[in-house]
Amino acid sequence: MFAAATAALLVVTGLAMIRALAGPTVFDRILAVNTVGTLTVMLIAVYGFLSGRPEFLDIALVYALINFIATLAVTKYTKYSSLGAPGDHDGRSEP
Amino acid sequence: MIHAISLGIFLSLFWLLLSGYFKALLLILGLISVGIAVVVALRMEVIDHEGHPVHLTLRGTWFWPWLTWEIIKANLDVAKVILDPKLPIQRLVFRVKAGQSDELGHVVYANAITLTPGTVSIDVNDGEITVHALTRGAAEGLANGEMDRRATALVDGPGALPKDRAGDRTGGTG
Amino acid sequence: MDTLFDVLSWICIVLGSVTCLIGAIGLLRLPDVFARMHGAGMIDTMGMGMILLGLMFQAGPTLVTVKLIFIVVFIVFTSPTATHALARAALQGGVEPQVDGELEDSSSAGPGGDGAP
Repeated sequence: MFAAATAALLVVTGLAMIRALAGPTVFDRILAVNTVGTLTVMLIAVYGFLSGRPEFLDIALVYALINFIATLAVTKYTKYSSLGAPGDHDGRSEP
Repeated sequence: MIHAISLGIFLSLFWLLLSGYFKALLLILGLISVGIAVVVALRMEVIDHEGHPVHLTLRGTWFWPWLTWEIIKANLDVAKVILDPKLPIQRLVFRVKAGQSDELGHVVYANAITLTPGTVSIDVNDGEITVHALTRGAAEGLANGEMDRRATALVDGPGALPKDRAGDRTGGTG
Repeated sequence: MDTLFDVLSWICIVLGSVTCLIGAIGLLRLPDVFARMHGAGMIDTMGMGMILLGLMFQAGPTLVTVKLIFIVVFIVFTSPTATHALARAALQGGVEPQVDGELEDSSSAGPGGDGAP
């Protein structure tokens, strides 16, 4: 039954990847990739149970951290075209 | 200072539960890393009642179960809309007042709005939150102010009334 | 007792998988970025919560459950922040949210809180 859950998560990941590939704006792609990251966290957890090695959960936790930071970094990069200090912009002046 | 100590206790617990080892050498190494983390956080000056809102844990006992129930209901609504062949969405953008007294309260309220599917907070500005809603039902469910009241009770204490003051009291607990 | 937890666990995992599937369909069907965030929100909240809750029932009262709780708490705190950052970036990046109507302010939303942009 863990195998069934893994298969379902893989299908969902595939659907999200379609949106990531097809998305008309860059924000669609970021949204889809963020979703794929969350799904990967679940996939790692379920696969750890499937293979009988719950140590995989540590990797899932770290992946959740990386996913959050990566989304924020990419979002900020598309917004300002730089990863510089927040004091350089007031957040409103430029698109 | 009280926040630094509580952060240290919290980090030690986190470390213990994640590692699961109870040998002397590893415990000492864990304590050292916790100490370094707390010192770094102190130097960055990110430990205050906003960065480490430990005073909200106890009051959250009533907020979180209610929010979970709201999330489940909202999920069912959005699922119904998505699976409907006609896709009966009605997108709305509107503003709601955030009645909380400080910015931590606004963050809690905006995150609660985003956490329930069907409503996403897309901008926070001077105590007003711009919300994008997927259906009219979701928008009206938010506009009746129930979530605002709950978030205010969580951040400002149960006695605070949402209508009486607008940001004249800054929450300072430490 | 074991069978009870097994059944509960499978109910949760199946529910979570179905929620994820519906969320992904929403991600594909809904018409613009802001609407798609609601589909992604379903996966981030109920799909994730239900699947990890099912795994908690499988693990029983061990350190594994504690780690699962950490993952759930972490995602619950970070996912709305990421979504909000993305929504703000999209708004400032020139993506106008498409609107299908106005919310008439008939309720007691607050004094002067109406007037959608």
